[in-house]
Amino acid sequence: MNRRENLKLLFTGSLASGLLFTSCSPEDKQADLSPKISGGTPGGRIEEEIQRDQRLLSETFFTEEERKKLEVLVDIIMPADEESGSASQAGVPDFIEFMMKDSPGYQTPMRGGMMWLDSYGNDVYGKTFLELSKKERMEVIDLIAWPDKASPEVKGAVTFFNLLRNLTATGYFTSEMGYQYLGYKGNTPNAWDGVPEEVMKKHGVELPEKYLAHYLKPEERGTVAVWDDDGNLIG
Amino acid sequence: MSFEIKSSGETYDVIIVGSGAGGGMASKILSEAGLSVAVLEAGKDFDPAKDEDRTQLRPAWESPRRGAGTRIRPFGDFDQAIGGWDIEGEPYTRASGTSFDWFRSRMLGGRTNHWGRISLRFGPNDFKRKDIDGMGDNWPIGYDDLKPYYDRVDKLIGVFGSKEGIYNEPDGFFLPPPKPRLHEMYIMKGAKKSNMPVIPGRLSMLTRPINNERGVCFFCNQCNRACQAYADFSSGTCLVKPAMAKGKVELYTQAMVRAVTTDNNGKATGVSFISKIDMKEYKLKSRVVVLGASACESARIMLNSKSNSHPNGVGNSSGMVGRYLHDSTGADRMGIMPELIDRERYNEDGVGGMHVYTPWWLDNKKLDFARGYHIEYWGGMTMPSYGIGFSMDTMRKYLKDEFGNPSPNGGYGEGLKKDVRRIYGSTLGMSGRGESIPQYSNYCEIDNNVVDKFGIPVLKFHYQWTDQEIKQAKHMQDTFEEILTESGATLLGQKPGPETMYGLATPGRIIHEVGTTRMGNDPSTSVLNSNCQAHDCDNLFVVDAGPFVSQADKNPTWTILALAWRTSDYIVSELKKKNI
Repeated sequence: MNRRENLKLLFTGSLASGLLFTSCSPEDKQADLSPKISGGTPGGRIEEEIQRDQRLLSETFFTEEERKKLEVLVDIIMPADEESGSASQAGVPDFIEFMMKDSPGYQTPMRGGMMWLDSYGNDVYGKTFLELSKKERMEVIDLIAWPDKASPEVKGAVTFFNLLRNLTATGYFTSEMGYQYLGYKGNTPNAWDGVPEEVMKKHGVELPEKYLAHYLKPEERGTVAVWDDDGNLIG
Repeated sequence: MSFEIKSSGETYDVIIVGSGAGGGMASKILSEAGLSVAVLEAGKDFDPAKDEDRTQLRPAWESPRRGAGTRIRPFGDFDQAIGGWDIEGEPYTRASGTSFDWFRSRMLGGRTNHWGRISLRFGPNDFKRKDIDGMGDNWPIGYDDLKPYYDRVDKLIGVFGSKEGIYNEPDGFFLPPPKPRLHEMYIMKGAKKSNMPVIPGRLSMLTRPINNERGVCFFCNQCNRACQAYADFSSGTCLVKPAMAKGKVELYTQAMVRAVTTDNNGKATGVSFISKIDMKEYKLKSRVVVLGASACESARIMLNSKSNSHPNGVGNSSGMVGRYLHDSTGADRMGIMPELIDRERYNEDGVGGMHVYTPWWLDNKKLDFARGYHIEYWGGMTMPSYGIGFSMDTMRKYLKDEFGNPSPNGGYGEGLKKDVRRIYGSTLGMSGRGESIPQYSNYCEIDNNVVDKFGIPVLKFHYQWTDQEIKQAKHMQDTFEEILTESGATLLGQKPGPETMYGLATPGRIIHEVGTTRMGNDPSTSVLNSNCQAHDCDNLFVVDAGPFVSQADKNPTWTILALAWRTSDYIVSELKKKNI
């Protein structure tokens, strides 16, 4: 249904029943909702949602310096390997940039955590995080990446790294590359017929005898159901 | 703001407020009887078959937040419930020391677009709880009154399940159930050791067609996104749209109803609504008004419908409108199944909900709480969405290498990446959904200090759980641990204790709120009679969950549908007899 038809539907009832809208015509009042920036969520959005996505997509949270740091960090957390690409290749930095605006509560821990990396670098090595060598960077990361071993003084930085790990992992595994790496097989029309036989066997489970005759048979999915008076399926 | 109020020339036979389960069913039955019907919906039109409304089958990366919830869609960016707990410009308040969260959807079909489709009949005991335990009240009707309508709902809308012959879990006209998923088979095995039943779920998805108008389920596990094939039940696709196609049904969208209008004799004459398009107030006239705006919203409209003939609000001469508000109880627990780590990949989506569940199986006479609960199970290799890969700072230790050494929590790098892949599909959990005891002291009323953006006074909630619900939640937690452990799972998190009321969900959170316009034979203690007709306004009816006297340990939708059908039949017959 296009916008005009939609509006027709909206007003058919009221006009037909004698109500008159005295204000300017509905076409004039309708705001132009077509998204100007791509990347907002599609599917049945209301005006408020479209506007919010547009606003968030037009804003930039990370400074250039922070963005560079972010790209280094996400690739430490989810690097490329022989099977798949890295977090930055999967578009994770853009996702994290968006989430900073979508969930503003993330902003301070994220910015503060990135600042801590520089402060620590300055204190110990006399350099900001990005100026550190690869080896030095990993020395810093190892202080905060292992929550069960980390010293109490760096607890705040551990919390930051946990947040970064969460967002990086989730950004990675919700990307197309992540779905492939994970081996996710769903999200496609199919006829569910239970767990594959060999998998059930391996796990030592079997379908209960009692229901075998009653479970859905894929070959009957096209036949309109018919019952007898007692609710037994007879066709 | 000044309103320009204009009266309509035409009079409808029936105005229905709300297009959810109750309003949708009423629109279908009343229009099929030849009546002219106006359906008023506060939100916009919605049709998941149209590509611009479709979120079904979209992978996570089509959402910039990868499916994370928002204020408008707290259950996820692709979830088709537009509204949420906290709608801009439509506040509600709570009395201090009490809590209630109110979930509303503003769209054609209301909350039926995203609901869990768990479609359970109430059983014979569920209508007569007072006879059994002395608490609350009996319904003025019983299972036999509703059974014919449940039967018709099953055939009209479609529900899969298995015939079990359990007295208080009546069987219906079931479509074939889907086979269980792997984690569900582990749970079946575990529960068997504890003598707990785990039976095929009863959900309203079409595993087989019931007519040539709706498609069949193609197993994407996304019913909450609304189905483009109309293979699950939502009121818009299965009731309102078909009613509009066949009968004299006119849909008013973006129409926020403020009040039921009445004449000097106290009879309903129609409704007053505010159009969201121009923020002006309009009136529509009808011979009969049917409220299906949801239990709390319908109560709000009635309380706001004050006149000389109804000084406390229409239908409220008993003072009972808003009283006995109650929601299902809810508590959850999860675990991780070592046997499911590194599992084989296959498409395990299935239907958009559980393939098996546990109906209430114990005798409350032998327990320290009066009412039961059922258990819903979740897990499996579901679509990766926002949240996947979280918590590796505490979860990674459950992954062991080939020598049996646990991975260190947290970390980074190739090993972390592999561990997220290994753990995928190995967590599972369960949720108890139970019956609470309706209380006079749990209620909603008009908050005279606050109006919404339409100038309509808002609801104020008063709600506290009692010992009954708290003890039931404690029992749930013990049961959850038993099932998880017997199934071979490792428990995750701490067992909720008394400090959190054993994890008992905040009232309203289960979104089964009912009881605000309850039915009864005594006009001084109930709002409606047994036909859901207002005691003090005979051409006003309620078809949502407001009429429920008690909520049972079942989900309310199937009973809303059956009751709405029965009420609609009664309206047709009373109009024919010229009684209203």
